[in-house]
Amino acid sequence: MTCCRTGESRTGFSFYYFRHLILALLFLLGLIALRLFLDSSGLGTNLTLMEEAPSWRHPFGTDSLGRDMLIRTVYGLMVSLKVGLMAATISALIALTLGVAGAIFGRWADLAVTWLVDVGMSLPHLVLLILISFAVGGGEKGVMLAVALSHWPSLTRVLRAEALQLKSAPYVVISKKFGRSSWYIATRHFLPHLVPQFLIGLLLLFPHAILHEAALSFLGFGLNPHTPAVGILLAESLQHLSTGCWWLGVLPGLLLVMTVKMFDVIGAGVKKYFTPYKD
Amino acid sequence: MSAAISKSLESGLAGRQLSFRYDRKLPWLFRGLDISIAPGEAVGLTGPSGAGKSTLAQILAGFIKPLSGSLMFNDKPLPQKGFSPVQYIYQHPQLAVNPRWTGGQIVAEAFQPSEELLDMLEISADWLNRYPHELSGGELQRMAVARALGPETKCLLADELSAMLDPLTQALIWRTLINYKNKGLSLLVISHDRHLMTKVCDRMLPLKRFDQP
Repeated sequence: MTCCRTGESRTGFSFYYFRHLILALLFLLGLIALRLFLDSSGLGTNLTLMEEAPSWRHPFGTDSLGRDMLIRTVYGLMVSLKVGLMAATISALIALTLGVAGAIFGRWADLAVTWLVDVGMSLPHLVLLILISFAVGGGEKGVMLAVALSHWPSLTRVLRAEALQLKSAPYVVISKKFGRSSWYIATRHFLPHLVPQFLIGLLLLFPHAILHEAALSFLGFGLNPHTPAVGILLAESLQHLSTGCWWLGVLPGLLLVMTVKMFDVIGAGVKKYFTPYKD
Repeated sequence: MSAAISKSLESGLAGRQLSFRYDRKLPWLFRGLDISIAPGEAVGLTGPSGAGKSTLAQILAGFIKPLSGSLMFNDKPLPQKGFSPVQYIYQHPQLAVNPRWTGGQIVAEAFQPSEELLDMLEISADWLNRYPHELSGGELQRMAVARALGPETKCLLADELSAMLDPLTQALIWRTLINYKNKGLSLLVISHDRHLMTKVCDRMLPLKRFDQP
């Protein structure tokens, strides 16, 4: 890939170069397909099938109430994905707004933004998550808000630095002398440069959001115990580990780690697409 | 009669008692400097490298605030908001255009330039669909000049604007600027090209280097 704007290469997309990205996308699509096509009847209790080890009929085994663990894990991951997507998007939008505002509205705004970032980064993540989730009453909304309100500082720092650099670019200085407003400069000059950083930041926030959602639910501050969320599955599995039911924790945990890793791979792939020259 | 003369002296861009240095530890670039450019006049700013020619031009453009002194335009303080009647053109056009905008967006940022102006600068229509890295320095500089020559532009600060360009493009740009100058545009020309300066400028303003802090 020499360039992504001129002639042939503008439309060219090398499958080999982006093979990791494509594999990761296929993995996630497969997960969504599983969610859509798996029979949800396995979610009900079936006391004749208690604590069965993994088999062809139940690849992830069954839990102490005879529920199919594969179905529960896939359903749980979808809840995690939904919460993670919402939370990461809100977080990234907060970061974009603060980052641009810091650069556009002058010294005091910038000081305020850097102060907020410092405060946000110096608070322990998990404590902040638990506090916010608890304060808004837990549940899906609580988790979403907690993750959204605690993940913006690092991306804000990146976007602010980019915006500050743009602020002193000659074409921005000229634009001001053309009488262009701050809003015009923010949306027309800054945004096109910040969108790649924003998208990459958003994708890389995603795994954090999912993991923290799982962590919150695991600790009992997140989703309701009867919703099949990954964090809840993992918390439940703890009680059965000593009886030898290793599949209750290991297999959902493995799938969670793989899903998170896939988002990381997608983030890296998108980064490669937007900035092919770096690293 | 005398009123008419004093009125004509006041119109155009004027810097009064300008002083500037980049740091307290550094020598003054200029102190108490007076400069004025009348409508239709071209002033050449000469001096060795580091004398503060670009700094003075950027102060006149309003990019940098002088440490003391004031900027007047037609006997009123130079407006800080809205389209500035004083426009500045950089030496490197590649830095002066947004790399993610097309030529058409760049040229029309402040106003839609007339066909006549585009023809005069020989800017061809298909450049307007290209991005800056698909255009040469000369092509970009012509666009940078076109976008600055708005109907409200009364004074143009040309900071080495043709130093990087081939002779043909230089001639093209200067022909256009002289054309506008004859219609009343003020020019401040910074260049190391003495022949160009004598050709374009009505008078010279030498900037000396202050070496004592």
